[in-house]
Amino acid sequence: MKSATLTNGRFYRRKAMNFFMNSLAWASALMAVTPVLLIFFYTVGKGASYIDLDFFTHMPRPVGEPGGGMANAILGTLILLGLGSVVGLPIGILAGIYLAEFGRNKFGEVVRFMTDVLSGVPSIVVGVVAYTLVVLPMKQFSALAGGVALGILMIPTVTRTSEEMIRLVPDSYREAGLALGIPQWKTTLRIVLRTAFTGITTGVLLAMARIAGETAPLLFTALGNRFWSTAIDQPIASLPVFIYDYAKAPFEDWNNQAWAAALVLIFMISILSFTIRFVTRSRFQND
Amino acid sequence: MEEETIVENPRSQEQTGDVVSVGSDLLSGVTDKRRVRKYNLGDLLFKNLTVLFAVVVLMLVLLMAFEMYDGSKLSFQEFGTGFVTSSSWDPVEEDYGALPFMYGTIVSSLLALLIALPLSVGVAIFLSELAPSWVERPVSFMVELLAGVPSIVYGLWGIFVLVPWIRKTVEPFLSDHLGFLPLFRGAPYGFGMLAAGMILAVMILPIIASISRDVLRSVPRLQREAALAIGATQWETTRIVLRDSRSGILGATMLGLGRAIGETMAVTMVIGNRPEISFSLFDPGYTMASVIANEFTEATTEMYINALIEVAFILFVITIVVNMLARLLVWSATRKWK
Amino acid sequence: MEHDSVGVSRTQLHHAIAKPKMSAQDINAYFGKVQALKDVTTDIPANRVVAIIGPSGCGKSTFLRTLNRMHEVAGGSITGKVLLDGEDIYKSDAVLVRRRVGMVFQKPNPFPTMSIFDNVAVGLRLNGNNSRKEIAEIVERSLRQAALWDEVKDSLGKSGASISGGQQQRLCIARTLAVNPEVVLMDEPASALDPISTAKIEELIFELKKDYTIVIVTHNMQQAARVSDRTAFFYLGELIEYDETKSMFTTPAKKQTEDYITGRFG
Repeated sequence: MKSATLTNGRFYRRKAMNFFMNSLAWASALMAVTPVLLIFFYTVGKGASYIDLDFFTHMPRPVGEPGGGMANAILGTLILLGLGSVVGLPIGILAGIYLAEFGRNKFGEVVRFMTDVLSGVPSIVVGVVAYTLVVLPMKQFSALAGGVALGILMIPTVTRTSEEMIRLVPDSYREAGLALGIPQWKTTLRIVLRTAFTGITTGVLLAMARIAGETAPLLFTALGNRFWSTAIDQPIASLPVFIYDYAKAPFEDWNNQAWAAALVLIFMISILSFTIRFVTRSRFQND
Repeated sequence: MEEETIVENPRSQEQTGDVVSVGSDLLSGVTDKRRVRKYNLGDLLFKNLTVLFAVVVLMLVLLMAFEMYDGSKLSFQEFGTGFVTSSSWDPVEEDYGALPFMYGTIVSSLLALLIALPLSVGVAIFLSELAPSWVERPVSFMVELLAGVPSIVYGLWGIFVLVPWIRKTVEPFLSDHLGFLPLFRGAPYGFGMLAAGMILAVMILPIIASISRDVLRSVPRLQREAALAIGATQWETTRIVLRDSRSGILGATMLGLGRAIGETMAVTMVIGNRPEISFSLFDPGYTMASVIANEFTEATTEMYINALIEVAFILFVITIVVNMLARLLVWSATRKWK
Repeated sequence: MEHDSVGVSRTQLHHAIAKPKMSAQDINAYFGKVQALKDVTTDIPANRVVAIIGPSGCGKSTFLRTLNRMHEVAGGSITGKVLLDGEDIYKSDAVLVRRRVGMVFQKPNPFPTMSIFDNVAVGLRLNGNNSRKEIAEIVERSLRQAALWDEVKDSLGKSGASISGGQQQRLCIARTLAVNPEVVLMDEPASALDPISTAKIEELIFELKKDYTIVIVTHNMQQAARVSDRTAFFYLGELIEYDETKSMFTTPAKKQTEDYITGRFG
């Protein structure tokens, strides 16, 4: 039979190669999944036992005194997220509107490309720029400087998701608005943006999830603060910087608190991610 | 339309205005010049407002470049090109050279690529070509989770889990079996170039893997069927698909490289932070990003800060070039089939 | 397996000669829970062209793909048997089966990163043929068989995607012929092409049946009438009628066939 002449040594080598390479791909998938599991295992394992109500409501204690919390760092992270949004969202969303509604030209292409480039700039470099822009003139580390750094980091994500979401709004909506004699800007604001609202929200949440854990740009802008502070012209504490300081410290108690803070941080980011999933799912169900 | 530039905006604005006025004319049946002009004004304002913010995004990149150029003038004038060739970093003598940091950044990033690239391509092949959907979904989800973990958490995990493991297991193993190579000599200290490369590999894996997966998926199914129909095995088919995806995977790799070059916290926490150039991967090193992170707040003199800002400037330029190349590659690779 | 003993009777011999190249026995095909084919049984004679016609979604492409197990790529499964020279292809290796039963697709799908030459040679190289001279000979022969040689002989190094759609489709046919299959399956090979390219492909099919057994799915009844010896009419996953093309188109046995070929539905 002909198939007998085809099943020569070469054929079995090819089959063996096929099996070997496919196994390697399975093995890589396994190896890629392992660190995720390890990181979550360690963060929960080491951090969970240190989390109690005090951790959220109390201030850090000096070395040697057990207990204490990181209420100021949690508050600081929220304030920094808020400041970052104030800086980043208007620029990001309006630039996104431009790209979606008017950006089908050379200039739009340039802006789009620069947005992508901006998203590749290391966050530490953005921190340096926020330092020269805000800290040097104010002659002081401040929450504001941290907010500027985080805001710049939010822009690319917000711009591109806003653009994509506004693009998804069918042209018939715009035409309907224009045909009713509504001017274009009102059509865009009232009809297009309202339709794209959940999509843009997703982009905003995505950007927040990205910057919530940023540490490098805060080191020499928001700096950190062991005390309760809500002033935006003063240094302010944040969870990521708290983790950094406590991880480097030579005290086991502090190291464990760093794990606990990491767990809280991951939890915050997870909440953002799950909200994104929820928002996008309900949007697609409506359609 | 395609040729429109910002200079021509006022004219195109008029055109948009005309369209609106025609629409309202049709509706009302009368020409109301006053109303038409009002619409034009509102549209003009709105459009130019969005243009303004688009310009802000554009200017931001230029502003960053200018701020860093301006902030590093002193050291630029003092050291010139010697800044990138000198390996002395001495705040006491005010003598600054960035070579050890550039070396550390390049070596740690390349080491990360060396580890992450084969794994990422393997994961991408697994997700796009092999896995049944009930396996593909959770694995994709976990790879995305890996991308969402903050750098600082990687660093924490690096200090307390990865570094001890490297010190106790990886480094003794490497020096026992490959110790004849200068790469694997020296005391197993844990903190060092190897730890930095490994943690960076974990961090860039999800980027390279997920983009490569998308690039592989963009290859039409007909290409795979063509290969299978001439009697290719699964792997031989994958090889043909990979061949079609070369430029896209290269682009994904460059994006990963860009991320590795700029990555700060996790590296700072495990690399050992010593400005020395050593060929052994066991020895501590220093990267551009980590010297900024570590020393910026301690920098007391004008020149010290200028030197650090110049390091940031170099880092900025390198990552921008790498990212531009990467975007172009990924963009051209995924456009190909459309 | 046939036994090669001496005492072969005349009827047995006759049987062996008339034995079909391929035969499908009680094929039921499924994609998930959806059944795409119901109890299809048919023979495909050697060195003949069999056309498969029927309205969209009637299972004709699925049936074609069960003949070289390509439906498995899209996640399909079957019950029943498909015999190739009397052997069940589902008990063999899919890679080997596809090597013997080649396939040409609806849309031309040359490998764009390979040259015209490599597109034809790729199957040979996979099978371990490393002789340059032999590969060059087979590539030329296959391109001649596909009536493409004269058009591309001076540009063999150009990308397989650089030629016209009709040429690409003939390149794909050459690629299929290069590994020397026994059966060639064609899934609406001319539906994406202009009339002149279509005519060329039809001529080609007529030439090829000397050396190969051909099964072609087509939407176009004139095409089926022009190129095929036998025609199978599928409807809603069932094989309604299977006959000599001439008699099928002049005196169809079933009402549904008649309605379809006279254009009353489909």
